[in-house]
Amino acid sequence: MAEENVTRRNALKVLGATLGAGAFARALAPLAEITQFTNLREFMQKHYRELNSDEMREVLHRLEQDTEHRYGCEVTIRDIRPQRHTQFAYALNLSVCIGCRRCVEACHQENNHDRTTHQSYIRVLEMEQGSMDMERGNTNYDHDVPAPGHFYMPVQCQQCENPPCVSVCPVEATWQETDGIVVVDYNWCIGCRYCEAACPYHARRFNWRRPEIPADEINPNQSYLSNRIRPQGVVEKCHFCLHRTREGRLPACLEACPTGARVFGNVLDADSEIRWVLENKRVFVLKEELGTRPRFFYFFDR
Amino acid sequence: MTDANHTTHHARTYPRFLWYVLGRATDGSWLFYTWMFVLTAIALVGANAWAHQVVRGMAATGMSDHVSWGLYISNFTFLVGLAAGGVMMVIPAYLYGDHDMHDVVIIGELLAIAAITMALMFVVGDLGRPDRFWHLIPGIGRLHWPVSMLTWDVVVLNGYLLINLHVCGYIIYQRWLGRRPNPRWYLPFVFLSIVWAFSIHTVTAFLYSGLGGRPFWNSALLAPRFLASAFVTGPAFIVLTLQIVARVTTFRIPEGAIRHLLSIVRITVLINLFMVGSEVFTAFYTGGVHATAARYLFVGLHGHTELVPWIWTAIAFNTFAAIVVLSPPLCARRWLLNVALAMTFVGVWIEKGMGLITPGFVPSTLHELVPYHPSLTEWKVTAGVWAFGLMVFTVALKVGLHGMSRPITEEVA
Repeated sequence: MAEENVTRRNALKVLGATLGAGAFARALAPLAEITQFTNLREFMQKHYRELNSDEMREVLHRLEQDTEHRYGCEVTIRDIRPQRHTQFAYALNLSVCIGCRRCVEACHQENNHDRTTHQSYIRVLEMEQGSMDMERGNTNYDHDVPAPGHFYMPVQCQQCENPPCVSVCPVEATWQETDGIVVVDYNWCIGCRYCEAACPYHARRFNWRRPEIPADEINPNQSYLSNRIRPQGVVEKCHFCLHRTREGRLPACLEACPTGARVFGNVLDADSEIRWVLENKRVFVLKEELGTRPRFFYFFDR
Repeated sequence: MTDANHTTHHARTYPRFLWYVLGRATDGSWLFYTWMFVLTAIALVGANAWAHQVVRGMAATGMSDHVSWGLYISNFTFLVGLAAGGVMMVIPAYLYGDHDMHDVVIIGELLAIAAITMALMFVVGDLGRPDRFWHLIPGIGRLHWPVSMLTWDVVVLNGYLLINLHVCGYIIYQRWLGRRPNPRWYLPFVFLSIVWAFSIHTVTAFLYSGLGGRPFWNSALLAPRFLASAFVTGPAFIVLTLQIVARVTTFRIPEGAIRHLLSIVRITVLINLFMVGSEVFTAFYTGGVHATAARYLFVGLHGHTELVPWIWTAIAFNTFAAIVVLSPPLCARRWLLNVALAMTFVGVWIEKGMGLITPGFVPSTLHELVPYHPSLTEWKVTAGVWAFGLMVFTVALKVGLHGMSRPITEEVA
């Protein structure tokens, strides 16, 4: 009798365990859709800096195919390396910036940002005259600019020489390149967002969902470390348009600026405009006291 | 007995031991089955919500680029504290030779296992790309150790889990064999776990306090505060657990253990309140950037008062608990004491979560004020992880306490 009870109990246990396992599999079933945004080859992909040139070629080819497959647009993705003897820096003339946010829009388009959230790497603060306190700044202004009694301060990645975001990354998915640009390997980032917490300038963005862009709006000139369409669930940031600037062109935000407030270049080039600004204007950096040593400078001109 | 003999011996008995564990874990009263059924149901809801979140993206949460950590990291922080809190049983049991505590110390160690399991699940739940977790594994991934504090956390949390699994597993196995556990095989690990318990919560505090761009967290008091509140929640939770165990099992719970844990709570609950007070004073008297997040938290800022009810609830709960545990006539009423312990558990959960993680992000680094409300998905996943953790704890207690009740039949010289 007792033995019968034990057998029956065991049978019930097996039944319960089977039902439990089945219910668990059912609950996790949506995970099967993960194949929509990743595959085995992407899963196995090595870190950017461990890829040899053959592997890199293969990765770029795969990414181009994936983009065509998912977004219906033929694109070219290249791996553009830093030039030697180059240290990029940026300066912004606060006296002439009118807060039109054309830089914000140019970044949005150049870098294939998500259209639904109207993402951009640049935020423009409308500041009250007489204060450098960002607490009194406002990014959500919606009126004619420039508004009297105000000045405008665009903020994007400061490309710090001592970047806290790079230190905190647990998997080395973000690092500083030899020309000073801090980049992200979008295929290595695990999406923990520690870098977003560490950045004092709100420079980093997370892909809360898969970016959406109509095929005819996609900028097809892309590079691995910059403006290729980012995967879901990873962090991204301003890269000084390295796919342009490493080939001698200017960042999209600078080209869009109607007032010439933006100055960009290689500070190691003694004849560059950026060198002249840094030597002759009274420049300052944001949150200098934090010791991040930005290579993004601001100045007032009149 | 040679080593080779020894190995073959265990190779035979260990699978049988695991079979015994499986049997114990799944055997119980109707109350047990009902409890596990309810927890399974909640865990399934959480698992489903998480699966949707992975596929559709973290937009399913209430987080944003402004408040980029929320309920998951809040719970993670709290649970690391709960895991460390178990050490308040280990210290009296092993360092001070408290026999009453020694009889039940395994409950603290099992709690550590369950709490770390939950903490790790919350971290995975917070990842945008959990499929890439292997990037954290040394050798095949690229663990950014020792520079990134998060890698320290990965190391110490998994280490703490392994130490406690070893100690509990070894002792239960030996008791199942009818042997007295050999101190050589577990005592060094117990002492290591004491130091390690402090390290897990210190490292977790350093995750936040090391960020210069977040003035609200950038305080040297954060790690001591974390430890103080951990030593409130750990003992409080264990005192409640001990009483439940005494009620639903035949396992003998010595009153001395409860008394000892309560005397720890009496001190830590005050230290915790004192440290919160110190932070409040420094923030408000100084003003400036350090005060903006504190103002948002305690009194609201620019008409935004989302966190004000949370933090005052936490302070009220913790103060009430302090009054009860420190007043002998109130403390003598066991039901009131239990209510107070439950309240301080919730109080610290709020204080370390919505009261610490969220205000670190509000206002943002560009001083924008974007509030955060956890989404339904986040609540589901959170409930699911807690339900799963309680299942782990229940099963661990069943197996552990049954093992500890077995007689010692074979004395090894």
